[in-house]
Amino acid sequence: MEAREHIIEVKDMVKKFGSFTANDHLTFHVERGEIFGFLGANGAGKTTAMRILCGLSYPTSGEIRVAGHDVYRERERIKRKIGYMSQKFSLYEDLTVSENIHLYAGIYGLGRKQIAVREEQLLERLGLAHVRNRLIREIPLGWKQKLAFSVAIFHQPAIVFLDEPTGGVDPITRRQFWEMIHDATEEGITVFVTTHYMDEAEYCDRVSIMVDGRIDALDTPAALKQQYESVNMNEVFLKLARS
Amino acid sequence: MSLIIDHIDLSFDTVQALRQVDFEVQDAELFGLIGPDGAGKSTLFRIMASLLVPDAGRCLMHGHDVVKDYREVRKIIGYMPGRFSLYMDLSVEENLAFYARVFGTTVEENYDLIRDVYEQIAPFKKRLAGKLSGGMKQKLALSCALIHRPEILILDEPTTGVDAVSRREFWDMLKKIQKEGITIVVSTPYMDEAEMCDRVALIQKGRLLEITDPSVPSRSDGTALFSLRSHKGVYAYLEKVRNLEACKHAWLFGDQLHVTLHSEGDAATAKSIIDGWGDSSLEWEKIIPSIEDRFMGLIEQESGEQHINGETF
Repeated sequence: MEAREHIIEVKDMVKKFGSFTANDHLTFHVERGEIFGFLGANGAGKTTAMRILCGLSYPTSGEIRVAGHDVYRERERIKRKIGYMSQKFSLYEDLTVSENIHLYAGIYGLGRKQIAVREEQLLERLGLAHVRNRLIREIPLGWKQKLAFSVAIFHQPAIVFLDEPTGGVDPITRRQFWEMIHDATEEGITVFVTTHYMDEAEYCDRVSIMVDGRIDALDTPAALKQQYESVNMNEVFLKLARS
Repeated sequence: MSLIIDHIDLSFDTVQALRQVDFEVQDAELFGLIGPDGAGKSTLFRIMASLLVPDAGRCLMHGHDVVKDYREVRKIIGYMPGRFSLYMDLSVEENLAFYARVFGTTVEENYDLIRDVYEQIAPFKKRLAGKLSGGMKQKLALSCALIHRPEILILDEPTTGVDAVSRREFWDMLKKIQKEGITIVVSTPYMDEAEMCDRVALIQKGRLLEITDPSVPSRSDGTALFSLRSHKGVYAYLEKVRNLEACKHAWLFGDQLHVTLHSEGDAATAKSIIDGWGDSSLEWEKIIPSIEDRFMGLIEQESGEQHINGETF
């Protein structure tokens, strides 16, 4: 693989809460334009690490740069260059489709004209123009998720963080969502994603697996399956997290 | 028969949440209800738990009608709702003691049944339930649902948002509970968990699409399912495969594409075209559909071409 720019660079990242070490000397990088799967059991420290990378929390120590910016001194710059979506927090239920787009685009500093043009393109592409004035809570979950993802990358961020984005939808909608993720990478957006669906780990370019605050494995899905003599990522995960 | 769901209908305002849902569950069966959010799973569970009254149809739990005999029903079922609903400001052991007393029993009396589950959280028994991790909350909720030794255990998405390791452990626990003669009805959005059930009902938009035994290969509906693998990754081939004339549907499926052809007879033509793509690592083979393949096939049938834009509205 040709050497690509490291859009996320993490060296010796440590995060402690009192005597508890949530992130124990994490060192890894994410390349521009890749889909990076960030896996681990509940409580392994994924959310803690992700909050630091999003500029929401300070590490205890370590050298960390996200989209070229330092996580200690340039958090506001980082926030402008990233998008975020989770199953729990995405769109405002009591605003319409269009209002949500305007709200998020406005927060990221896009101008009115720019928003109007991109909104049309977006609604057209998603086939949601006919529900633009409907409240979010009135539209099906699968549509909401696709819209939430589109809104998270509306300002064309360098990186989008997806925290368990596909919970609860039917298997076809889940796959359509992953096709959208692939499309986003073709526009140069880097995707950093957590999931509990192990088949989705296979859709990532590289996958890291956290166990008790450390990264115990990091490689392409094919290499991990070979290394752990497993037929799929579920087996890899069970072997690592149970050992 | 442990449980009889007899042509149940239920609407909320203009939304038809359940339409003519009809099935039976045997004694000591582990029965799964699989479907996405909004399919009607929780609504059905709340009817079973005597918390909702259906518009039409009947639900019998060990012969007791959930509307007329709701008092009796509540004694013989254990219900674990989808949302964590124990008392956050009581400790682990206080929650358990509370549920035991509500059902007129003691923790000691049925401790054998919950031993395996409860001992994993016993080191934290003085901790407030609100301060537990997700996995521990789930174990406490299961302990509380079991403490009166119910005849029927109904679990609404107990493993949603739970990691793959804890999910496997949870299903191992369910298998043990089943051996105690307890009937279990459990819902999940994870298709791989379907394989752990004796039988599975696939539910979508309030309708039961199919009930199947996961261990029995599916009946043929005339179409044929193939998988495509490549060392170069399969995403690059997705559009190409979809553009084949023989291709009915193609989807990402782990490290493969799963491709449904219009008919078995198209297989040779498809194979020769794929061979012409000049990727020697391409592997094309006929496969047996998994539960997830079958569910996807049913959704496609159901919604026809409307699904191109996601769920119908």
